[in-house]
Amino acid sequence: MNTEIVNTEVTTTRTITYRQALNETLRAELERDEKVFLIGEEIGIFEGSYKITAGLLEDFGPERVLDAPIAEEGFVGAALGAAMLGMRPVVEIMTINFSLIAIDQIVNHAAKMRSMFAGQVSIPLVIRMPGGGGQQLAATHSQNLEVWYAHIPGLKVVAPSTPADAKALLAAAIRDDDPVIFLENLSLYSAKGEVPDGEQVAEIGKAAVVKTGTDLTIVSYSRGTTTALDVAHQLEAEGLSIEVVDLRSLRPLDRDTICASVKKTGHAVVFEDDWLSYGIGAEISATIGEGAFDFLDAPVRRVAAAEVPLPYAKSLEKAALPSAADLAKVVREVLNISTNDK
Amino acid sequence: MDESRRKWDHMAAKAQSKAVVESTGGEPADTLRSYYEQMSLVRSFELRSSEMYARAKIGGYCHLNLGEEATVVGLMAAIEKRDYLFTGYRDHGYALMRGISPESVMAELFGKVTGVSGGRGGSMHMFDSEARLLGGYGIVGGQIPPATGAALALKYQEAAGADAAAVMCLLGDGTTNIGAFHESLNLAGLWKLPIVYVIVNNGLGMGTTVEKASAEPDLYKRAASYRMPGVRVDGDDVLAVRDAARDALKQARESRQPVLLEVMCYRLRGHSVVDPARYRAPEDTTIAQQSDPVPSFRAELIASGVLTEADAAAIDEAADVRVSAAVVFADESPEPDVDDLFKYVYATAVANAPSALPGEPVMDAL
Ligand SMILES: Cc1ncc(C[n+]2csc(CCOP(=O)(O)OP(=O)(O)O)c2C)c(N)n1
Ligand SMILES: [Mg+2]
Repeated sequence: MNTEIVNTEVTTTRTITYRQALNETLRAELERDEKVFLIGEEIGIFEGSYKITAGLLEDFGPERVLDAPIAEEGFVGAALGAAMLGMRPVVEIMTINFSLIAIDQIVNHAAKMRSMFAGQVSIPLVIRMPGGGGQQLAATHSQNLEVWYAHIPGLKVVAPSTPADAKALLAAAIRDDDPVIFLENLSLYSAKGEVPDGEQVAEIGKAAVVKTGTDLTIVSYSRGTTTALDVAHQLEAEGLSIEVVDLRSLRPLDRDTICASVKKTGHAVVFEDDWLSYGIGAEISATIGEGAFDFLDAPVRRVAAAEVPLPYAKSLEKAALPSAADLAKVVREVLNISTNDK
Repeated sequence: MDESRRKWDHMAAKAQSKAVVESTGGEPADTLRSYYEQMSLVRSFELRSSEMYARAKIGGYCHLNLGEEATVVGLMAAIEKRDYLFTGYRDHGYALMRGISPESVMAELFGKVTGVSGGRGGSMHMFDSEARLLGGYGIVGGQIPPATGAALALKYQEAAGADAAAVMCLLGDGTTNIGAFHESLNLAGLWKLPIVYVIVNNGLGMGTTVEKASAEPDLYKRAASYRMPGVRVDGDDVLAVRDAARDALKQARESRQPVLLEVMCYRLRGHSVVDPARYRAPEDTTIAQQSDPVPSFRAELIASGVLTEADAAAIDEAADVRVSAAVVFADESPEPDVDDLFKYVYATAVANAPSALPGEPVMDAL
């Protein structure tokens, strides 16, 4: 992994879930810095809708683990205000869908302040929230709106795909002096992975090549990276050598790592959970067009969600969401196109 | 936080609101019987929903009206066919009582094309334009501004009067803390809209009590900020709920006076079917079970001679049979056709509307 390790040298690792990695990091940061505190709906007594904050109220008390009423605009804005006075709030929004109620505070205020007030104030605010579909939660509860935030100057947006990155990027986000959108994913919470012990702080703004290969680059992020890795390993059996780039940071975007990979493989497919038009893949494709055009042997393709409010019915939901099979199919198509051309 | 105090508060508040109607006396036996039939149907439907969820016939989130049957039936007895209803996501019972068949509601839960929302909405998003149930909203507070706008349209479309239509907008206690609630009530108060906002106060928003979520836990008092009447009623008393809602609707339709009605009840189980509610104090669960409106209304009707034990048993049995038929129907219904995935995205056909499935090329590069 390319995770930039600040501080301690790695001695031991443990296999833990993404959920556990987040929980332990929140705990460690609460212990490390008393300016850090948590706000969110149901994070205390209920221990978090997805149990990320389990045990924290008990150990840190209600001043540092603050249960908020259902008032996203209010408590996100309140966290922002506390950050203006030097606190380091970590907000949990139950899912990214509900962040739309707080978007004015995030986009019009948190993202703007440092620039608009000529650097007199900085906003060390973290907003954690999961996105993702595929759980039959229907149109309003299944969205991947990361690009809404990735579009906004002044925000940093990270989207870890592994428990190790969840740990190192969350620590980085909390220690960062700017507003960081920390994007989790419903389908990753129970995913397990090796996590180095001790203090781990990643560098925000860096992608990672999580699997090397020579024939084609899959660019993805968050839960998409896990699918991309599965597909890459599966295609290896067919003799295809696939490289996987995990974006990790959606804003800023590590364009160099993406283009360096594509220059090597000559083929690129973006695997994204959001909708196709104006999505993450559009930005990646444009970047590759600009930075690696002469190296491409085939057009860049995107595998994204069907552009429809996601239906509840399983059959429709399955058809609308990008799957491993869709990705494998497109990878083969891209490699075939270039073989046919030659 | 003082746990004992909060429980006392909800109970005490509920007790104070007790019985606009003191007893079932004077009410026609047929009416009482039919209310029990309806409560029994909702109970049976919800228990079966829970069971079907456990058997993975139902997916996603599934919030039940268990413990709220008297509230559901009382409110739906008050609302007229011409009125419009907006609800949150805890909507199964309301859909049934709005006259939508158990088949259509269960099929929606099963994600079938015969469901009331074509299988596209699921548990949280029941919608039936004919029954004037305009949703089922999964986003907390999402229903409140559109319900307010529906009332605005009614005001525009027809004169006030006893035959005019009104809007009923249901919301939970926890939902009174979101900005949309306050913005909407202000609009309704300002514009004098024919709408009744009903707070179904079951004491909890997920794991959070009213006292922990609302600086003014007497939620009906919030009406004062918008110069509308605020009324609190005992939600375990089906007649009291009905009469309070009727009166509120009357003010809305005849005087275009919006009303805030707070209905005090209990949530019998977890927030949704998957929530074991471990955060809940055992006494609280005991109180909820003790005031369970279904067995208590049943006992009351038997005691007052409206029903015999055998009648009541027959009613419960009939409800079960009705729900069983709905389950069979839902199970045998087809899933929506994948070819129809994009069918309802736009009302006006538009050039270049996206229609690609994941991985389908959007341009021909060759
Ligand atoms: C804007 C928004 N924030 C959070 C949620 C998650 N959520 C769903 S239901 C709920 C509790 C609502 O409680 P209440 O209004 O009392 O209704 P009840 O569930 O008791 O019927 C929460 C926080 C949501 N759906 N929408
Ligand atoms: Mg409630």
